[in-house]
Order: sequence, then C-alpha cells, then structure tokens
Amino acid sequence: MPARPRRAAVALAATASIALLASACTGSAQNTASDDPDARTEITFWHGWSAPTEVKAIKENVARFEKAHPNIKVKVVGNINDDKLNQALRAGGSNGPDVAASFTTANVGKFCASGALADLKPFLEKDKVDLDKTFSKVLQDYTQFEGKRCSLPLLSDAYGLYYNKDAFKAAGITAPPKTWSEFGEVAKKLTKEKGDSYEQLGFMPNYLGYETVPSHYMSQWDHTYFDANGKSNLAKDPAFAEMLTYQKSLVDGLGGFARLDKYRTTFGDEWGAKHPFHTGQVAMQLDGEWRLNFIKDAKVGFEVGVAPLPVADDEVAEYGKGYLSGTIIGIAPQSKKQNAAWELVKYMTMDTEAVVNFANGIGNVPSTLEALKSPNLTFDDRFKTFLDIAQHPESTTSDGAVNGSTYQDTFQDFAQKYEKGQVQDLKKGLEETAAQIDRDIAQAK
Amino acid sequence: MSTDTLDGRHTLRSKRVRSALRTVAFMSPWLIGFGVFFAYPLVSTLYFSFMKYDGLNPPTWRGLDNWTYVFSDLPKFWPAMQNTLWLAVVMVACRVVFGLGVGMLITKIKTGAGVFRTLFYLPYLAPPVAATLAFVFLLNPGTGPVNSLLEAVGIPAPSWFNDAAWAKPALTVLAVWGVGDLMVIFMAALLDVPKEQYEAAELDGASAWQRFRYVTLPNISPIVLFAVVTGIIGAMQYYTQPIVAAKVASGVMGGSGQTFEPGYPDDSTLTLPQLVYNLGFGRFDYGAACVVALVLFALSMAFTALLMRRRGGLIGSGD
Repeated sequence: MPARPRRAAVALAATASIALLASACTGSAQNTASDDPDARTEITFWHGWSAPTEVKAIKENVARFEKAHPNIKVKVVGNINDDKLNQALRAGGSNGPDVAASFTTANVGKFCASGALADLKPFLEKDKVDLDKTFSKVLQDYTQFEGKRCSLPLLSDAYGLYYNKDAFKAAGITAPPKTWSEFGEVAKKLTKEKGDSYEQLGFMPNYLGYETVPSHYMSQWDHTYFDANGKSNLAKDPAFAEMLTYQKSLVDGLGGFARLDKYRTTFGDEWGAKHPFHTGQVAMQLDGEWRLNFIKDAKVGFEVGVAPLPVADDEVAEYGKGYLSGTIIGIAPQSKKQNAAWELVKYMTMDTEAVVNFANGIGNVPSTLEALKSPNLTFDDRFKTFLDIAQHPESTTSDGAVNGSTYQDTFQDFAQKYEKGQVQDLKKGLEETAAQIDRDIAQAK
Repeated sequence: MSTDTLDGRHTLRSKRVRSALRTVAFMSPWLIGFGVFFAYPLVSTLYFSFMKYDGLNPPTWRGLDNWTYVFSDLPKFWPAMQNTLWLAVVMVACRVVFGLGVGMLITKIKTGAGVFRTLFYLPYLAPPVAATLAFVFLLNPGTGPVNSLLEAVGIPAPSWFNDAAWAKPALTVLAVWGVGDLMVIFMAALLDVPKEQYEAAELDGASAWQRFRYVTLPNISPIVLFAVVTGIIGAMQYYTQPIVAAKVASGVMGGSGQTFEPGYPDDSTLTLPQLVYNLGFGRFDYGAACVVALVLFALSMAFTALLMRRRGGLIGSGD
C-alpha cells in the first residue's frame, strides 16, 4: 500500500520541479531592411493603450496613416505590456510586432543595449531627419542609450502638482506652494485628522502613494544618477540624501509612516474613479498630465488646479521644472518589413498633424517641438502648465541603464526602507545601495 | 538445455531482443516525456547557468559568475529562500493539520455531512487570483471587514498583507481556507481504516487520543506523507497568491511611473519562483534565473528525499 503514494509522490516531485525549469527559446536575427516601402504590405503595430478613448485615438491615427500610405495596411494590437513585448521581441516569429510602443522609458537602455529594438540611425539618415530640430533634448535622451538610438518619442508625459482649489480656499491658502518648505506647511494646513486616521490629508508623501515614487520626487532636486564612469552617484551626489531627508520629514510631519500607510490602504485604484484625489481624501497629488482626463471622466465635485511641483529651497530660480517621460516607439529587429514599419514610425512620431491629433485624442503632451506650438491643440487651460513643464530647460527624466529600470527599483527599495525608519545611517545606506546598483549593472553587461 | 544448438540459441537471442524492444516500446511515451520535459530542460538549465544570455544575443560563457552573483550579490535571494522555506514548513504543516482535522470532523458528523463537505470543498474551487483578491479585500487594514470586527471587539488588528510580519501568516490563512483538496483525500483515507481495529482498541480501553495515535495515524500515514510531499512541492512553486497579494496591497498595479517589484512588504512575500520569473523575464538575465531555478530544484529534491527516507518514522510500526 505505501508503495503507491511513494511512487506517485516521487513522480509528482519530479514533474512539478521540472515545470519550474522551463528554459528559454533562442533566436535573433540581424535584418537589413530590404523591403520596398511602396509595395503592398501589411505591418503589425503593438501598443499598450487600453482605455476606449485611447484605443479610438490610436485607430484614428492609424487610419490617417493608411490614407496617406494606401499600400501599407496596419494591424493594430493593443493592451501590450513590456513583459509581453519583451518576450515577443525575443521570440521573433511572424506573430510578433513590426512596430512596437512602450510606456516604460526606463527600459529603453535595455531595449537598445540588447538589440531588442532595431537601430533607427540608418532610417533617420536616409530621410535626413534633424533630431535637434524635431524633439527637445530630454526626449532625445530617453529614447536612446549610450549613443544607440533604438526608439523615438511618441507623445510625452509631464508631472506636476494637482490641488483641490476648494480645500485651498477653505484653508485660506491663496497660491500653490513653490518650494518644498512651503509645501510642507501647506500640506499640514490641509490635513484634517479624524480619530487615528484622516478626514482629509494634505498630501500622501509615501513612495507607494501612486505617482510619488522616488524618481518623480528627484526631478525637483538637481541630480545625476550616474557619474562619468557610469558608476552610481547615489552616495556622492548630495541631492539624493536631501530628497530622502525631505520626504521623510513630510512623512513624519503628516502623521508618521504607519498611520499614513494605513490610510493609504483605504484608497481606490489609481486608474479608477475612486482615486483618493477625486474623492477628496487627499488635497494635493503629484501626477501626470493624463489625470486631467481622469478628473473629467470621474466628474469630481470640486475645482481642480494644477501647478508645477515645488523645487528645493535653493533652486527657486528653476521653479517650473518637472519630471518627464513618455511613450517610446521602435521597430522589431526581426521584422522583414522594416522600411514599411519606418514609414509608420516616422508618421506617428514626426508628422505634426498626426502628433497633434493623437495628443488631443489621448490627452498627452505632444512630443515634437512643432506640435507643442500648434494652435490646433484642443486642451483646457490647465494643460498649458504641463506643456510648460515639458518645455522647461531644467526638466529631467531618469537615466537609461543597461539593465533598464533595475537601478530605479533598487533605489526605490532603499527609499522605502528609509521612509519607514528602518535605516539608521543614511550615508552608509546610500553607499551600499550605490554599490548594489553597480554590481547589478556589472552583472547585466 | 538439450536443444542447445546454434539454431536454438539464435531464437533465444532474438526472443530476448524482441522482448527488450517491446519493453522499450512500451516505455517510449515515458522515455520521450522524460527526455523532452526533464532531461533536456535540466541539462540546458545547467548549461545556461554558466552563460550570459538575454534571449536576443548569442549566449557567452561566464563561468561561475552567475552563481556568485546570485549567492553573494543578489540581496533578494536570501529573503526569497527564507520565505520559501518558511512557507514549506509552516504553511504545509497548517494545511495538513487543518485538512486532517476537517476530514475527521466531517467523517464523524452524522447529519448534514454533505452540506459541510460542500462548504469546506467550495473554497478550493475558487481561482487563486480571485481568492487572493477577496482575502486582500477582507483583510485590508483600513477598510476590511475583518479588522473592523476585530477593532470593534477591542482586539488590536494586524495589518495583514501590509505588514512584513503578518504577510506570510495571511497567506497561510488563505491556504488553510482552501484546504478542500486535502480534506477529500483525508476523508477517503479515514473511511478506509478498518472498523475492527477501533473496536479492538476500544475493548482494550484506548482513549480517543490513543485510538487516533495507534489506529488512525498508522493507517493513514501514507496519505499524510503524500499530503506533506505534494504540499512542499506546491510551496516550492508558490507564485500566484503572493504576487497578487503584494500587487494589490501595495497599490502598484503597474502605472506609467511605477514598476512592480515583487515581495511587498519588505520582501516578506518574495518566493524563489517569483525571483526566477523576475530575473528571467523581467531582467532577461536567464543565467541568474537558471541558477535560482536549479537551487529550487535541489531544494525540492532534498525535501522529498528526506521525507521518503524518514517515512519509516512517519508511517509507524504497522507498516
């Protein structure tokens, strides 16, 4: 009798363990683009948008492209995240994309360094595109890695401060704060406690409070993530310690980590109508320009104001800057229709009419310099704040790295430990985190 | 052997060959499966653990670098290892004890056993993602009914999935709730225990505990062993529930500015399979992912071998 379960167990053990060992597929092809872009062809375009209005805007944009290029038909596949995209770019095959868009600018380093997206230089040279005349420097930066240009910007995002004007009025605050010390005071004034929780919190400073991630805070302090040798600057650049210390003072000043974190668990979904800013649970929110559309859709019951995020007290001259990121678009290296794919990429990223229409449809910041100036942008007045942030010379984005966003994740991990009070020695902690980032990059090289 | 002629030997040999071929033919489904799904992946996992490979560029030799990276330079490896071992021990023990307890209870109930059986089995049918979502909702420290109830009666309520000390216990509660599968096999085993043995034990004056210890347990010990071994293997593959719980509890569902790092809070729910996925399909560092996969494989094998060796003790003298 006992023999049976034993054998069954061994067999189960073997098969179950093996299920964990699924190994990867091979396959890489360095294609030279030789297809004729004027021939009748069909290309596949993968993107990550999923909301109905966004999908509609994409379809309209593609329809305009097809009208201008009647020989090229575009098959559009939506709701693709970076995991799926990465796997498809590695697997190759005819079901994969010819053109692919991604939201994660931090992954561009990985896309370019590994060759997951094709080098666009030959195409740009062929069409004599002057990038400096087309895109701002930040946008050019985050779509290339170490001189290798494997993607182009398709619309961009700018981060600013949303505030509840009614709550401001009630608290007697007349203007949005410009420096972080002003911000701290305003956040406290706007905070109404209720028992051991809050009726209204001025600002949710925690790193898990949706867009209040370390990289978004960091844009308001002059900083560089890597030194000239590509080593992490976390311990050497004082901006990081300053930001962490300031954020912790916000956390402590507004009620302490545990209490804030418990309040955070009462928040609705970031991408739904019950977002804590919509419901009045928090009076100020660090967020991207897209929130304007969400606010409209959720029909919030108060007046919403927008402003740039505050800056470090000694950087007042740079008020107006912010964090930038955006969607990036590139061509799959395995694609056999790269010239046709390039036509779509070129149209979507650089045709002013296309960029303006798409930006209008999707509620994002247009990516080309020309589109930014277009009179055809149909945004409400508040959107201008984000357009200004997008064009501010001191606005920044996170650097690319050979291992994508891994260095950001490591920094974020440390920042979360620090805000909880688990780190005693900030300097030592930053040194260790920097060393870890260096080790991870060495492993990825 | 009077017909030991050349001819006779020939027939004998061809018979032997034929029978060997037949054996191989009958075994071939298993042999092919073993080769394709076990031997080949295992060997290639071992091979890739010494290579740098990102799925795009040709693999390059790296020697032991991936191994040293995982063991000494990857700070998430040890928490993941500890969590996996914790779950293999605590979660499996809780499930087996609870499953056996419920099974015994239901076999004893005279009326309404069917209702209870259904009630206890139903949770097992809930898809893991849905069940986890429901638990995160129920155990939400700010809005969840469980904590509201606890606070109402004056018990300090833990933060469950939002507290590093309580996240694994919360996952264990979830696993115990879905114990229906074990309950069913324990019930079958319990009903198989010969009645005469209980009667004899009772005549000898055995107490309830003694009847359980000397009659029930020896009879069902193979099933207990089975439950423990499969439970541990399940724990070694534990992936869906902790990742869903961490995602929902942290509120990071993957927006444009955020990347989700598994293990929230404080790496307390990070398991080795999550690390394999994260390294392999998040970072596309297949080399390091293969190292972790091999560690996991070795761990599963070690646990299983240990239990099989000790089964004498587990199964008892009656075997």
